[in-house]
Amino acid sequence: MKQQELLNIPPFTEGINRVDGKLKVTGAAKYAAEFNLPNMAWAVLVPSTITKGTISTIDTKAAERAPGVLKVITYLNAPKLPGYDSGKDPSKPPTGGGPLRLFVDNTVKFNGHPIAMVVADSFERATYAASLVKATYNKESFQTDASKVLDKADTPKGPRFADYKRGNPEEWQNAPVKVEEEYIIPIEVHNPMELSAIVAHWTADDKVTVYDKTQGVKSTQNAIAQAFKLPPDNVQVITKFVGGAFGNALRTWPHETATVMAAQMIKRPVKLVLTREMQFNSVGFRPYTWQKIRIGATADGKFTGLIHEARAQTSSFEEFTEGTVNMARFMYACPNVGTIYKITPVDTNTPTWMRGPGEATGAFALESAIDELAYKLNLDPIELRIRNHADTDPENGKPFSTKYLKEAYEMGADKIGWKNRPSKPGTLTEDGWLIGYGMGSGVFGAGRGRATVKATMQSDGILLLQTAVTDIGVGTGTAMTQIAADAFGIPSSKIKFELGDSSLPPSPTQGGSMITSTVGGAVHDACLALKEKFQQLIGNGGSDKPDYAKVLKDKGLQQLDVTITSSGSSEMRDFSSYSYSVHFVQVKVHPKTGVTRINKVVSVADSGHIVSPKTARSQVVGGAIGGIGMALMEEAVIDHRFGRYVNADLAGYHVPVHADIPQIDALFVNKPDYKVNPMGAKGMGEIALIGMSAAVANAIYNATGKRFRELPITPDKVMI
Amino acid sequence: MKQFQYIRPITQQSVLAAIAQPGTKIIAGGSNLVDLMKHGVMTPDKLVDINKLPLRNVSTVKNGVHIGSLALNSQVAEDKQVVAKFPLLSQALNAGASAQLRNMATVGGNMMQRTRCPYFYDVALPCNKRNPGSGCGALEGFNRMHAIFGMSEQCIAVHPSDMAVAMAALDATVIIAGKKGERRLPFVDFHRLPGNTPQLDNNLAKDELIVAVEIPENNYAAHSHYLKIRDRASYAFALVSVAAALDIDNGTIRSARLAMGGVAHKPWRLTAAEKALVGKPANAASFEQAAQVAMQGAKAFKDNAFKLKLAPAAIIEALTHAAGLA
Repeated sequence: MKQQELLNIPPFTEGINRVDGKLKVTGAAKYAAEFNLPNMAWAVLVPSTITKGTISTIDTKAAERAPGVLKVITYLNAPKLPGYDSGKDPSKPPTGGGPLRLFVDNTVKFNGHPIAMVVADSFERATYAASLVKATYNKESFQTDASKVLDKADTPKGPRFADYKRGNPEEWQNAPVKVEEEYIIPIEVHNPMELSAIVAHWTADDKVTVYDKTQGVKSTQNAIAQAFKLPPDNVQVITKFVGGAFGNALRTWPHETATVMAAQMIKRPVKLVLTREMQFNSVGFRPYTWQKIRIGATADGKFTGLIHEARAQTSSFEEFTEGTVNMARFMYACPNVGTIYKITPVDTNTPTWMRGPGEATGAFALESAIDELAYKLNLDPIELRIRNHADTDPENGKPFSTKYLKEAYEMGADKIGWKNRPSKPGTLTEDGWLIGYGMGSGVFGAGRGRATVKATMQSDGILLLQTAVTDIGVGTGTAMTQIAADAFGIPSSKIKFELGDSSLPPSPTQGGSMITSTVGGAVHDACLALKEKFQQLIGNGGSDKPDYAKVLKDKGLQQLDVTITSSGSSEMRDFSSYSYSVHFVQVKVHPKTGVTRINKVVSVADSGHIVSPKTARSQVVGGAIGGIGMALMEEAVIDHRFGRYVNADLAGYHVPVHADIPQIDALFVNKPDYKVNPMGAKGMGEIALIGMSAAVANAIYNATGKRFRELPITPDKVMI
Repeated sequence: MKQFQYIRPITQQSVLAAIAQPGTKIIAGGSNLVDLMKHGVMTPDKLVDINKLPLRNVSTVKNGVHIGSLALNSQVAEDKQVVAKFPLLSQALNAGASAQLRNMATVGGNMMQRTRCPYFYDVALPCNKRNPGSGCGALEGFNRMHAIFGMSEQCIAVHPSDMAVAMAALDATVIIAGKKGERRLPFVDFHRLPGNTPQLDNNLAKDELIVAVEIPENNYAAHSHYLKIRDRASYAFALVSVAAALDIDNGTIRSARLAMGGVAHKPWRLTAAEKALVGKPANAASFEQAAQVAMQGAKAFKDNAFKLKLAPAAIIEALTHAAGLA
């Protein structure tokens, strides 16, 4: 079989290999935890063992006496960071709360809240000494179970989360066919392979370099500069490679700031690598969310009213919000829509965005409910969606810049063999297993932000592109190289893309499916500008594909460069732009033991022109796998008597292993959307996951006739 | 991790002398012990590495197979003799852990592994097995993975091994070396129930060493099956597992061996159900009846009531496969 067929890449372009693939598979790629500096010390955090209260005593003597220990930092001896006071009136709680700060006082806000940091001359010695730190506490009563305080949920501050109403949402009640159901997802933890890590090195009294796991080197630079009251240029953040993040490195977390502080205190470089266990309460998670969908339809399947309500957990000290209910407003043509989004504080750390973020949570409920409605109407779920297809954006009346959702339905249905789906659940069997088909769709905004790219033609004929973006594993460097090759008209082998350093021209944080569009747009524009500069240099009549190295030499130049800042056009404001996905799943379910296996997945993306087919395929495959985990396995369990996680490792917190993953076909509509950016590309990181868990749940219903509205769907729940 | 001493004796005699000292702990593959040390659950002063001992062979002995305690899980699973004569053991081994772990883990170490109960693993939570008298965190806590047979108020943890379930079913014998020489212990008596001393997982004395496991010849090779029900396709501990072996003569069950994993503090041999199968036709009705017998006395907790339903279903399924009727 040809490689083309093996990878199932549509034949529109070959696509290049990952530019950093060899570095990654040979181990030459250096991740944050792998930087070792001369005279470096290791830091280990001491987590609290209570959930809420205050530290009454903290005994660090034994730890301080332990071999190799350089410093034990607690709230008693930590310096006050100059930036931690700025602009806040301490007598008033900040609107929306504020981020956690370590070692500022004796309060404990959640189980695992770091109460001390031990710094020693080796990781092992620091780890052992950390076990010797003993604290006593004044315990306070606490609540970590969001399901018990849903009635205390409140609307977040700010207009984005106000209740939304279009027409009369209550119309659903008058419909002849309706669904009113509740859906629940548990806490999920990102759990990328790479643990969160930082190495902080003060190179001068007022200058610090950090090697950090972050999705945004510029945002981390700003956060550290702010905390230590330094000019941003005095903070250099280096993140050359990220071993997966899925959102858990979108923020600068307090342990990062604390490590920079420790390095300043002991005047040595300090490294901190969080344990897997600490990943569960240090770097965010997808919050527990309860949802209710109320939807009504006419007998021929036209939606008459839809209300999507969600209540999600946040922390006691900070508001976390996400777009859980947004999809209901614009995905389908329905005259009467309401959305209600509330959050309820519990005594855990603050949640954060996890791939797909709230939209993936919301799509599980909405796309399950629509499936339920389809069965009640005795309609094919795809047909029901087509009957309610939104031709223009029902939320704001704008036309879509592009929308090929119907094509995506058709491509996926064809590929999975949707015609074989039994219309009556529980009727298709094979060797004692029940077979079922399900689908679910996803949508996410396709935007373009602002980025600055420096493009330099070097004397050796290599085009160097530089910007301070990170690559969290998705293949940004590869996609940018492809965009530059297309825009500049030279082979990708002549292009070098440099990223992951805050001293490079600014780019946004990698997240929200924006980077290919935003940075790609700037790369494209920078390439065109540099080409133009060459044309001016060469003058009229020159080749439009000159030998650039020779031109430079002839003109006596070492190099020629441009630095271009670009962002989306104003035309974008007249359109609604979204990427769409449709996921198809075939499952088999063993009725007696509840064992569920995914036989086949087809995911179709309408994400504009596919810039980099190989990495795009990887994105879709990864999203599908994430969706399988979300649907069947992922759940972080807290024992609410103690407020403590009881499965905080990869043996207890399950993600799919290879044996759980079937053939996954990634299909692309591959039609450009030039209103979003000059490549015609729309984002795809989120849509690869959004809707997938509903597709799995819907397939299990089709196989068994059992409807699952609470994730994960484990064998004990499935067995009949 | 607490600092510790490490020695690697080359004779069994010196191993036995070393482990007689307090604070010592044997290490072989280390795939469980090192984890426990990292978590501060086990804090030995001295590790006695036994990998230099000549206990790695799988060999034929009179009436059976002799498996050295240092034989690797992957080695035993792929051993030609084991695959041919005791496919149940091979299947059980391959159902456990991951390929990487099976390449490190030894037979003796597999038997000695500790429960994966989360309360045992977290030193900030109560656990009578780790810290006698501190209470059982699982009793009223997160007990989805826990026992339905043979537990006590003190401990409801389960033994995590797959291999041990097959060995219990196959009438294996453990050969143990001690100061006074060797002793033989039926495999089913090696592990113990928690009772009032849940800190003791098994009947191996502190100064004893497992040197081998022997499995006698049997007539089950043609009709055996190891079924493991778990939350994902691989690399997960059993919700329930079943080792089923039948000797079928002309459609009638001459004898049967049946054991379950994931349901008790030890591999749970189902002798009453085995007896119920003898002389019966190898069919669904017999299997259902055996499953019913097997479940007598089972008791569930808050999160594991599903096992009362899943376990008999798994027994029937495993027997159906073993009989070649699936």
